[in-house]
Amino acid sequence: MNWELIFWNALYTAINAAAAGYCIVAAGLNVHVGYTGLLNFGQAGFAAVGAYAFSIPIVEYGWSWYWALPLMLACSVALALLLGLPTLRLRADYLAIVTIAVAEIIRLFLNSTRFTWLTGGTDGRNGWTTFFEDLNPIDNTARFNMGAQSIDGYRLFMAIVGWSLVVLISVFIWALMRSPWGRVLKSIREDEDAARALGKNVLAFKMQSLVLGGVIGSIGGLWLSAQKQSAQTGEFATTLTFFAFLIIVLGGLGRVKGPIVGTMIFFFVIQFVDNLLQQATRNEKIPEWIVDTSNFGVVKNIVAGLALALLVVFRPQGIFGDKREQVFDVR
Amino acid sequence: MSDEPTSPIPADPASLDPASDPILVAEGIMRRFGGLTAVNVEHFEVQRNKITALIGPNGAGKTTFFNLLTGFDTPDSGTSRFNGKLMSETSAHKVAQMGMVRTFQLTKALSRLTVMENMRLGAANQRGERFWIGPFKFLWRDEETAITEKADELLERFKLDHMRDTFAGSLSGGQRKLLEMARALMTDPELIMLDEPMAGVNPALKQSLLGHVKELKNEGRTVLFVEHDMDMVHEISDRVVVMAQGEIIAEGTAMEISGNQDVIDAYLGAHHDLDIGEMTDALMEEGEEAP
Repeated sequence: MNWELIFWNALYTAINAAAAGYCIVAAGLNVHVGYTGLLNFGQAGFAAVGAYAFSIPIVEYGWSWYWALPLMLACSVALALLLGLPTLRLRADYLAIVTIAVAEIIRLFLNSTRFTWLTGGTDGRNGWTTFFEDLNPIDNTARFNMGAQSIDGYRLFMAIVGWSLVVLISVFIWALMRSPWGRVLKSIREDEDAARALGKNVLAFKMQSLVLGGVIGSIGGLWLSAQKQSAQTGEFATTLTFFAFLIIVLGGLGRVKGPIVGTMIFFFVIQFVDNLLQQATRNEKIPEWIVDTSNFGVVKNIVAGLALALLVVFRPQGIFGDKREQVFDVR
Repeated sequence: MSDEPTSPIPADPASLDPASDPILVAEGIMRRFGGLTAVNVEHFEVQRNKITALIGPNGAGKTTFFNLLTGFDTPDSGTSRFNGKLMSETSAHKVAQMGMVRTFQLTKALSRLTVMENMRLGAANQRGERFWIGPFKFLWRDEETAITEKADELLERFKLDHMRDTFAGSLSGGQRKLLEMARALMTDPELIMLDEPMAGVNPALKQSLLGHVKELKNEGRTVLFVEHDMDMVHEISDRVVVMAQGEIIAEGTAMEISGNQDVIDAYLGAHHDLDIGEMTDALMEEGEEAP
């Protein structure tokens, strides 16, 4: 058993550029679910829009990134409006249904052979990250050692910039949520009729929240694709949304630090269990009737899921949640 | 303020007060739920700077009528005017912004906000509630200080100042009623509509709540409240409106109302002087409407 490798692998997964991407996606979802109480089950849709609305104009039409970026943001806002206008007047469940459906529609559209000319189909969109590579002051192909792990210059750069982005976005969310604006969002989460009775335009606030969280989710999706230098539809399946949910529940709903801590713990645990099982089965430390080399990948998810379930049972407020808040049975 | 010049013709024939200066007038409000006519009010008005009580048996349509007036529900037909402005189609938050603020029968304390945050939320027209101003604290700091000051005053008045920084979810039922009323006052309403402010409140607290409601009138506000507690109705209301089965069956002062046979029949039941067992039997026969 190579414990050192297991540890460094797990640590690397918890802090690499992909983790930063997940963290941003989760931070956007936290605005919806944690602060406003909007059950958005289609965060993957926003992330997909972020990756594709940015990469398509660059690859297909030769735009430069500083035009593609506003287009991407505009598409994300448009998606939020499209989702919100018909559903935000209705009960929370309807938003959940519509968002999960729309996210799947987006993914299937991007994946379909009919639109391969635009979206790249199953190949995804590649070769649009050259400006990131040019921007990188570190040698893109140089190798850097991190304990038993080694990464290239591009991924190191993307990780550093990605986590800087996380910090920027978190500070922005923190500043907003301590303001009277954030207070209205929280009051909507608690009871929207009470907010309405006090003269707050609940619909407008919900819409602003949906747009803000959606745009942040799109930036996260863009990062997820940029760090692997390719936009792939497989990245934007419903698992992305559920991972983001797990991350914010782990870290604590409606906490600024929630997504950051949640991301790191989530990926550390899942990678740790994965590597541990992989090595244990290979070295026959675990009897084959429990796990063998062909199915440890599934057991990883079972163990990770169980760990998360236990956490939710014994510490429902998440790592950073306020225990006192859990005392009140909300709704 | 209470002595208005007399106008020759009362706007409402049922009104027993010729000095009519209504702040809120509703005409022909009708609301049906399927086959059930929940509310069918020909004419209803609330006099400015008066305390008006809306009473009636369970299922009389009082809360539905409240919802219709405050924009939480839309009437199938009819109009209502607040300060002369037509507002039948106005959404709930705009009604509140116009100066007509309500509380709820089942209190809506925002559990996971502190008492202070609950109060601050009530303040109307906050600059800091704009998305692009929110992140910059220096733009709303002064406003917040003023709001906090006002909230502290109100909390002291409602004897909630010791709970200032606790979560509203940990308040008792009675304290929540107080908080909800105080929070509504943060909006500086002209007309405050209280839906059963006394429900589930102990007698000691009841006394102080009564005082608070009277104080509202002294401040120049208008109060409309729904209540089952006849002591409160008798003690503070200037005018009582009685609803039964969606319609207004009587109006007048508390004294007049308590002598009205229709009201006694509707409110206490036509068999109220009978034995309790016979009375419940009679009620069962009548069948109860959903509240």
